[in-house]
Amino acid sequence: MKFLPLVLANLGRHKRRTVLTIVSVALALFLFAALRSVITTLDETARFGAANRMVVQNAMGIVFPLPMSYASRLQATQGVQAVTWANWFGGRYGDGKRFFATFAVDPQSYFAMYPEMQVPEDQKQAFFRDRGSCIVGRHLLEVFGWKVGQNVTMQGTIFPGDWTFTIVGAYVPTSKVIGEDALIFQYANLDERLNHQVTPGWYVLRITDPALAPDVARRIDDGYRNSSAPTKTGTEQAFQAGFVTMWGNVQFLMNSIGMAVVFAILLVTANAMMMAARERTSEIAVLKTIGFTDRTLFLLVMVEAGCIADAGALLGLGGAKALFASGNINVGGFLPGFTVTNGTVLIGVALTLVLALASGAIPALRAARLPVVQALRKVE
Amino acid sequence: MKIPLAYNVRSVLQRPVSTAMTALGVAIVVAVFIAMLALANGFRVALVRTGSPDNVLVLRRGADSELSSGIDRETERIIAASPHVATGSDGRALISPEVFVAINIHRGSDTLSMANVVARGVSDEAFTVRRNIVITEGRKFVSGRSEIIVGQRLVGRIGHTALGDTLRFAGRDWLVVGHFSAGGSSFESEIWGENEQFMPVFRGDVFQSVSFRLKDPRGFEEAKRSLENDQRIQVDAHRETEFYDSQSELLTRILNILAYLITSIMAVGAVFGAVNTMYAAVAARTPEVAVLLTLGFRPRSVLASFLVESAVIALVGGLIGCLFALPINGIVTSTTNWNSFTEVAFAFRVTPGLLLSGVIFALVMGVLGGFFPALRASRLPVVQAIR
Repeated sequence: MKFLPLVLANLGRHKRRTVLTIVSVALALFLFAALRSVITTLDETARFGAANRMVVQNAMGIVFPLPMSYASRLQATQGVQAVTWANWFGGRYGDGKRFFATFAVDPQSYFAMYPEMQVPEDQKQAFFRDRGSCIVGRHLLEVFGWKVGQNVTMQGTIFPGDWTFTIVGAYVPTSKVIGEDALIFQYANLDERLNHQVTPGWYVLRITDPALAPDVARRIDDGYRNSSAPTKTGTEQAFQAGFVTMWGNVQFLMNSIGMAVVFAILLVTANAMMMAARERTSEIAVLKTIGFTDRTLFLLVMVEAGCIADAGALLGLGGAKALFASGNINVGGFLPGFTVTNGTVLIGVALTLVLALASGAIPALRAARLPVVQALRKVE
Repeated sequence: MKIPLAYNVRSVLQRPVSTAMTALGVAIVVAVFIAMLALANGFRVALVRTGSPDNVLVLRRGADSELSSGIDRETERIIAASPHVATGSDGRALISPEVFVAINIHRGSDTLSMANVVARGVSDEAFTVRRNIVITEGRKFVSGRSEIIVGQRLVGRIGHTALGDTLRFAGRDWLVVGHFSAGGSSFESEIWGENEQFMPVFRGDVFQSVSFRLKDPRGFEEAKRSLENDQRIQVDAHRETEFYDSQSELLTRILNILAYLITSIMAVGAVFGAVNTMYAAVAARTPEVAVLLTLGFRPRSVLASFLVESAVIALVGGLIGCLFALPINGIVTSTTNWNSFTEVAFAFRVTPGLLLSGVIFALVMGVLGGFFPALRASRLPVVQAIR
C-alpha cells in the first residue's frame, strides 16, 4: 500500500499515454459487453415462455393457418385448461420504415392467457367492447406520438386494404422479453372483414401441469395427423427458441468479434506497458540499488498495468451497463429487453484481470530480472 | 527536401516488437471490418442475383413479399395475354405463375430442429424466364408427377435431399429428382416443383406471384403502367432485381450499421495505440530529429516523414488484415429473410473493393494516429532537443 504514490506517480508521468490506454481498454470492454449482451438477450428470448403454455401451429409451417374448429377440440383435450388463438396481421404503417408486430387476437381469452400483458382494467373493457379497437405497446405510443383515443390506419400486406383501428389503451409487459411495441386488435374484426374466410394462425394453450406437456403434444398431434391440417405442438419455450435460431449463427459472430476486439486492445495495452517499462530502465536499476527487491519491482509494474486495466474496465463496463439500463435501446424493436447482465459484467471483470496479467507480465518480468550494473551503465 | 524513406524503415526496425503490435492491432480492426461487410455484401448479392433486370415480378396490390401475395388464375391469364410478355422460340409466353410458400422441414438428421424453407411451384417456362437456373445433378421434374428439385445450398443442410430420396411435406411424398444452382442467388435455398402440383396441397387455387420476361428490356415502365392501370386486375409490377434488392435492404442495413459501429469503436482503440507508439518513437528519437532539423531539413519534411512512417505501419497492418479476412470468402452461412420468413444460405463475399476500402481504412487510422506525434516532432525546439 505504501507504494501506491509511486505507482500513481509512474502513471501520471505520461498522462496522455495513460489516458489513451485507459480509454482504449474502456472502449474494448464496452464493445465486448454490448456484443455479449446481444447473445444473452437472444438467449433470454429463447428461454422465455411460461412452462404451462404451449403453442399449436400447422405442421406444414408457420404461414399455414389452422381451422377454427380446432378450438373446441383443443379445449376438450385432456390436460388443457384454456385456449386462445391469434393471427399475424403483417400490416404497414406510414412508409413502413418502422416495423412493428401486429396481431389479431381473441380478446378475453388472450388476456387471460397472458397475465404478462398489463393493461388498465377500464382500457381492457373498452377493448373487449369495441370491435374496431386496438391496444398498443406503450413504447409504440411514444415512437409515433399516438394518443389513446385516436385512430390509426394501416395498410394490410397479407390482408389487402386500409385498416383503421381506434387505440383504446396501452399495455406494459411485466417481462422485458415481450416487446413493448406491438399492436393487437380483435380477431373478430379480421374475421368479419374477410367474410369469415380467415382461420387462426396458431393456438396457445394453458395446461394444468407443465409435466403433462409431452403427453398433451402427442395427444393433439396424433389426433390431427391424417387431417388436412396436421399440427405441431410444442412448449412456448420451444416456439420462441425456434424464432431465435432463425437469426442464424449470431452467437459465433458476436463471440468472434468480441474476442478480436479484446485481443486488439490487449496489443495496445501491452505495447503501452512495455514502452513505459523500457523508458524507466535506469530508474528501476536505481530502485534496485537502493534495496527494492525483485519481487516488489515485479509487483509494482503489475499493479500499474492493473490500474490501467481496472480504470478502463470501470469506464467501459460501467458505461455499457448504465447506457443500456436506460432500456430505450432495443435495436429497432428486434431485441426487446436488451440489457447487460451481471454475468456479462463478471466475464468482463475476468477479462480485465487477464488483460492486466497479459499486458503487465513481460515488462514486469523484465523489470524484476534487470541486471543492475548493465542498466546503470546506460545512464548518461 | 524529403527525408528518405530508408530512415523510417531503419528506425522502425529498431523497435520491432512495438511496431509489430501496433500493426497487428490495425490488422485485426481491418479484418473485422472486411469480414462484417463481406457478410452484409454476401447476403445482399444472394438476393439481388435472384432477380433478372429484364424480368417483371407481379404481386397482388399492396403485398410486400411473395409470401403475402395472391394472384388468381383469371388475373394470371390477363397478365399472360399482355403484349409486354416475351415469347420463347416455341411461341409460348415466357411467363411463370408461381406458388410460393414457406414450409417447415427437419434440418439434417436432427429431428428436433426445423428450418423454414421456400417451396416454389413453377411452370415449365420458369427455366427459360429465370436464366441462371442450371440443373447440376439429375434432371428437371416431370409435369404431373410428385417430383421436386432442390437448390444446391439446401442439399445437406436439410434431410432427405439426395437424389432419389423422398421428402415428405404437405401430406405427400416428393421424389427428389435433381439439384440445381442459380448463380449464388437465394433460389439455391429453395425447393422447386411444378406449380400445378404445389397449388392444391398448399393454399388452394391461387398463385402467389407471376414472373415474366419483358419483350422489350427497356419497356418496364410501360409494362408496369399498363398492368397497374388495368381495371380488371389489382396488381403491382416490380422489376425483379429491384424487388429482391429491397427484400435484402433491412438486414443489409442492420449489418452495415453494425459493421461501421463496431469497427469505428475498435478503430479508436487502434488509433490510440498508434498515437502511443508514435509519441514514444518521437521521444526516443528526439536528438535525431534535432540533428535532421539542424542539417537543414524543413519542419514540413520532418512532419511528412513521421506521418509516412505511421501510415506505412498502418498500411502493413491493413495488408495483414486483408490476409486475415481473405479465407472467409466463400464460407457459407445462413440467416432468415424476414420478408419471406425463410432461411437463406449465402456465402461471405470479400471483393477487391472491400479489400481496398480496408486498406484505405488502415491508412486513415495511421495518418490520424501519426499526426499529432509528427506535428510535435516537426516543432521540436532544436537547441533544447540537441542538448
